[in-house]
Amino acid sequence: MTEGHWHVTFCIYRKKGDQPPFYQDFPLEVDPDEYVLDGIERIWAFHDRSLTFRHACHHSTCGACGMLVNGVEKLTCITPIRAVTKNGGTIRVEPLRNFPVLSDLVVDMAEFYLRMEQAHALQVVPVAQSTLPYEPPPFPDDGLPHQRLNDCIECGMCVSACPIALTASSYQGPAALAATQQTYSLTGEKSLLSLVDCADGVWRCHSGFECTAVCPSNVDPAWRIMELRRQVIRHRIQRIFHQDR
Amino acid sequence: MTQTKAHVIIIGAGFTGCALAYDLARRGLAVTVVDRGEIASGTSGRTHGLLHSGARYCVNDQESAIECIHENIILRKIAHQCIEYNGGFFVALNEQDLAYQARFEIGAQQCGIEIDAIHPQKARQLEPNLNPAVLAVYHVPDGVFDPLRLALAFAASARFFGAEFLPYHEMENFLTNGQGTVTGIKLWNRLTNAHSELKADLVVNATGAWAGMILKKIGASVVVTPTPGIMVAYNRRLINRVINRLNEPGDGDILIPQRRMVVIGTTSYEAEEVDYIPVEKEQAIQMDRDAISLVPGVATCNRRGVYMSARPLIGKGEAGRSLARTFKCFDHRETDGIEGLVTITGGKATTCRLMAEKTADLVCQKLGLTATCETACEPLRSYREYYRPSGVNR
Ligand SMILES: Cc1cc2nc3c(=O)[nH]c(=O)nc-3n(C[C@H](O)[C@H](O)[C@H](O)COP(=O)(O)OP(=O)(O)OC[C@H]3O[C@@H](n4cnc5c(N)ncnc54)[C@H](O)[C@@H]3O)c2cc1C
Ligand code: SF4
Ligand code: FES
Repeated sequence: MTEGHWHVTFCIYRKKGDQPPFYQDFPLEVDPDEYVLDGIERIWAFHDRSLTFRHACHHSTCGACGMLVNGVEKLTCITPIRAVTKNGGTIRVEPLRNFPVLSDLVVDMAEFYLRMEQAHALQVVPVAQSTLPYEPPPFPDDGLPHQRLNDCIECGMCVSACPIALTASSYQGPAALAATQQTYSLTGEKSLLSLVDCADGVWRCHSGFECTAVCPSNVDPAWRIMELRRQVIRHRIQRIFHQDR
Repeated sequence: MTQTKAHVIIIGAGFTGCALAYDLARRGLAVTVVDRGEIASGTSGRTHGLLHSGARYCVNDQESAIECIHENIILRKIAHQCIEYNGGFFVALNEQDLAYQARFEIGAQQCGIEIDAIHPQKARQLEPNLNPAVLAVYHVPDGVFDPLRLALAFAASARFFGAEFLPYHEMENFLTNGQGTVTGIKLWNRLTNAHSELKADLVVNATGAWAGMILKKIGASVVVTPTPGIMVAYNRRLINRVINRLNEPGDGDILIPQRRMVVIGTTSYEAEEVDYIPVEKEQAIQMDRDAISLVPGVATCNRRGVYMSARPLIGKGEAGRSLARTFKCFDHRETDGIEGLVTITGGKATTCRLMAEKTADLVCQKLGLTATCETACEPLRSYREYYRPSGVNR
């Protein structure tokens, strides 16, 4: 064994076509500072070319590599092996929950992305308004219209962790609702509020806060959903007020 | 398949393959894109993310520099949806950097890249985390993109014009007619483990750093040298503009902001096998030092990710950095006497649309079609539409 290296077993969820799923063990020598995704890619490169998994950026900007690691949603490209097991330990890797599994660790993101599109989720936002309202601004405002890529990387991990999404597949889900809140705050698009003011929208959330716990990217969907409720109610009251006049 | 249009298979769904699919589909061809992994799971996903202004190459590789500034302006228009466009700085930190200044100014002017000298004090007001020891600063039109979404936006636009995408389908070998003409490919569907064949009027090899591997299968001679480099991401956004070292291209001389992070890159060395590129710890430590010299605040950050990927550079034998960053399109009838096969490789993310245009021109010429490129003006479809279901495509 190379000095400082660990022996760990990757126990990986496998599924192909209509065949029943099973778990397969891959013992690996790893550097504990490597990321879980590095181990998975090595299994593909050197042990089993049929293993499928989603990945692209390897540094938490694309959102493709969310998986269940030892039962918890993790962005595998930035999760060091050291953080999820010990020397001689096991790393159990499974696809995200609440998404259809296409093969092995690959889930179908179609419905999720569609909902993000319907929520008019922004991918590029003004730097000055990019953080959560309760966070200190990251920069002194130099008056220039700087923009940046948004916090939500559309990894789907909040949906995977959400107990409501588990029982109600029609639920719009934490990512889309959080996106609605942010887009509405920035654009004031009223039609977005009617889209979420329904049983499958803001009112379905039971404030479990699991989404916020697993979000790798500071979105705080749970807070945003609560804020969105306030925005919806404010809008309702305004409407009544208008009608009364 | 009942096809009346000419059918082209593209192997590889990185920036090059996705942009080419869009161009060809827009010109009215039937297109199928196969990739053994997810969209952008090769080099493209793991790129540094700099939308080059071209200034980096304006002294030593002016052809690339001119391509970059043209395409930078086009991508800012058509792919605005996944680009942070806040400009960039080139900064001098020592006498050698200052000695490069004159050549830099002339080169930028020759390549048509707008640069502005900024007083160091003013630059530090604009970017408070910049090294206070900067001696000279230029503003350039740099940007930063999200790699997966840039590829998806091209792929979504390609699908909008009818292209079909088959991710997780590995090209195993070529189909030929026995007389030196490629007639299609053999495929392994890694989602189901099924094997199949797909016929086409023409096959384009857009596998980047793997282009040489693919060509070996048919004994073609073009040499592509995979040239890996490292990137390190840190957990705080310390700058709004890209910070480049004002000197000839070297290691660890570009720090980009992206979302809440900054990312430093990169290195350059030659490799044979790049299916898995181990992270070189020494290089990562070097990146920490380089990042700190541009923006000292990086010392207070934590690393968020460390990753490697391989450039597809054309040619062999010289030091990686001296191989030109431009691209090349090969008609294998010319190079190897093989009909029905084209390879496009080299280049940069920033120039992928142009690479696609030139390749599509060659494809159309070979198929006797007259359609022209229309990808430079209209914004790309929303990247999320790549996932839009449609009878044939899913
Ligand atoms: C370290 C580094 C930093 C860079 N930084 C920048 C930057 O900041 N800005 C910039 O503009 N450019 C940058 N580049 C360059 C840019 O990333 C590449 O030029 C570009 O990504 C290449 O895209 P591609 O589509 O040609 O190749 P790839 O993205 O590698 O696509 C090739 C595809 O082929 C697939 N494939 C391989 N074999 C098979 C097979 N048998 N069957 C099916 N599919 C197969 C692979 O899975 C892969 O997805 C950088 C490159 C590197 C290495
Ligand atoms: S809100 Fe967070 S967890 Fe949910 S998709 Fe966005 S980044 Fe991922
Ligand atoms: S691979 Fe992009 S977020 Fe992990």
